[in-house]
Amino acid sequence: MSSVQIRDVRKSFGNFEVLHGVTIPIEDGQFVVLVGPSGCGKSTLLRMLAGLENITSGTISIGDRVVNNVQPKERDIAMVFQNYALYPHMTVADNMGFSLKLRNASADEINKRVKRAAEILALSPLLDRYPRQLSGGQRQRVAMGRAIVRDPQVFLFDEPLSNLDAKLRVAMRTEIKELHQRLKTTTVYVTHDQIEAMTMADKIVVMHDGIVEQMGTPLELYDKPDNQFVAGFIGSPAMNFLKGHVRVNGVAAFEGPNGVKLPLKTAPTASDGRPAVYGVRPEHFTIADDGAEAEIIVVEPTGSETQVFAKLGGEQVVAVFRERHQFNPGDKVRLKPDPSLVHLFDDATGKRMNA
Amino acid sequence: MADVAIPRAKPQMSEDSAWTQLKHNRNWLGFWFMVPAMAFLIFFLAYPLGLGIWLSFTDTRIGRVGHFVATENYEWLWDDSIFWLSVFNTLLYTFVASALKFAIGLYLALLLNENMPFKAMLRAMVLIPFIVPTVLSALAFWWIFDSQFSIISWSLKHLGVINQNINFLGDTTWARICVIFANIWRGVPFVAITLLAGLQTVSPSLYEAATLDGATRWQNFRYITYPLLTPIIAVVMTFSVLFTFTDFQLIWAMTRGGPVNATHLMATLSYQRAIIAGQLGEGAAISSAMIPFLLAAIMVSWFGLQRRKWQQGESND
Repeated sequence: MSSVQIRDVRKSFGNFEVLHGVTIPIEDGQFVVLVGPSGCGKSTLLRMLAGLENITSGTISIGDRVVNNVQPKERDIAMVFQNYALYPHMTVADNMGFSLKLRNASADEINKRVKRAAEILALSPLLDRYPRQLSGGQRQRVAMGRAIVRDPQVFLFDEPLSNLDAKLRVAMRTEIKELHQRLKTTTVYVTHDQIEAMTMADKIVVMHDGIVEQMGTPLELYDKPDNQFVAGFIGSPAMNFLKGHVRVNGVAAFEGPNGVKLPLKTAPTASDGRPAVYGVRPEHFTIADDGAEAEIIVVEPTGSETQVFAKLGGEQVVAVFRERHQFNPGDKVRLKPDPSLVHLFDDATGKRMNA
Repeated sequence: MADVAIPRAKPQMSEDSAWTQLKHNRNWLGFWFMVPAMAFLIFFLAYPLGLGIWLSFTDTRIGRVGHFVATENYEWLWDDSIFWLSVFNTLLYTFVASALKFAIGLYLALLLNENMPFKAMLRAMVLIPFIVPTVLSALAFWWIFDSQFSIISWSLKHLGVINQNINFLGDTTWARICVIFANIWRGVPFVAITLLAGLQTVSPSLYEAATLDGATRWQNFRYITYPLLTPIIAVVMTFSVLFTFTDFQLIWAMTRGGPVNATHLMATLSYQRAIIAGQLGEGAAISSAMIPFLLAAIMVSWFGLQRRKWQQGESND
């Protein structure tokens, strides 16, 4: 196990820079998730960490060692690929033992370690099968087994669950997290799925267009997104954004589209009249008499909660209620955001304005 | 509707003409779809093969219907040293040429699979020997290896390596080397391009995974590329061996089997005896004698081509 330091790393393909100076400290044993939309550079960064891509500038260190010029096999890392990259002509046991075989480990040693990894992952009955004979979830586990067997300093996961169906994905998510809690190996996990990021990470790194937008624990990112991008990316359904102006007339408030009045706990200093974006998560709306009037468009009950799409000041918003309200399309309701949980972003820069 | 349909159906059933049968019986229809292909195979493959084997048991000559002579032709051949020389030549030619074609073809395929400038153009260029008609390239080699005008002799003389022309096609050893060289030159593109196609089906992430697992370039080849390529190697080498074993054009255009039969293959000897000398029965016997060798080659590939265990099983994607 090792810490990993990524310092001011840049990556260019020809003249095209895809990573613009990324700095990410990763502590020993941490589970870090790199998340962002496709094309944000997260997979490239992971491949640079693995040594499959060159580093244009900046440094990456594993433990105390700068690995910029260290061969992939000397880096002591293991990677799980999106398509698993299992060797089709080898049995499960051979797949898992391949790295040990290349290091000239003894047959006993290989056998022992493969067996142990197979037990951890419940693969013992499948050791003689070939990858073709396995289901998607089993292949995924073999790919993880291949990583575990090596007992590396760092695990790298490149969107490992995106080829699985929804139900299996949830199950494997838990399995990977459990595995990490058990092995406590430093892990860097790349995904575009913010739910995976939220549920698994010790630390989430939100990337966008080759830069780090924000780093923090899942709840930090949820509670206090640094900017409008992170606010919109983390959370499902996504945060509602309403454009308007800050108003400070004795009491702070927000004037939304078409003059809708929305509550603010405090306004940032000297912000009267400033154009801003008002962000409120769907789950932070309540029905209250002093709320803003909205017209219901669609109601989607999921059993545990109800998603309500409504027009608020002419803009579509989503609200989620745990209670079972009886709504019909066309109904008028009064939606009130919880003032202590709303977010305010600068209209021009998207930066967070409120504390 | 049903009331109307039933009386109509009855006369049709009793009629049962070929046309209605064709319309209703899928097997019967399927049979007729197969007839053209079957006729083609029977007339152009099975019949000539059968006729050839039959001729080999007769004393047929050109212009004279032969009589059945049982295995007399084969008995003659058994004591014919030229026949045995041609068998030896054919085996040598096939073995050396195929082995070198495989080695060079695999090397070229691996090279062309790398990222390099002008990749598409280089790949196209590799195919050139393959698209030039055999006889044309054989004629070119004939000139290259000519005893007086050979460009190789000329160059070596001007470089001061030798002081008289090499008698390429006049010396038994040189002649064998030359025809094998020409055959390799012609056959390499087929092997290289086919293996290249096989290489391109190997997912690059397997190499990445193996690299992270600690494999060197050689180990990448030894443990990933080669095992994944074996099915296609089996196919391509079977074809290569069959083509080389039955080669005729190249030899006939370059040496006609000479000097002193040193480059006579079974195919050229058969042609010489059957068509030039008119001994159809004997020529057919030489041709038929190739069958056991070819069958053996096919059997080897048949077992080599058996789907390996890792290729079996349904995919659960």
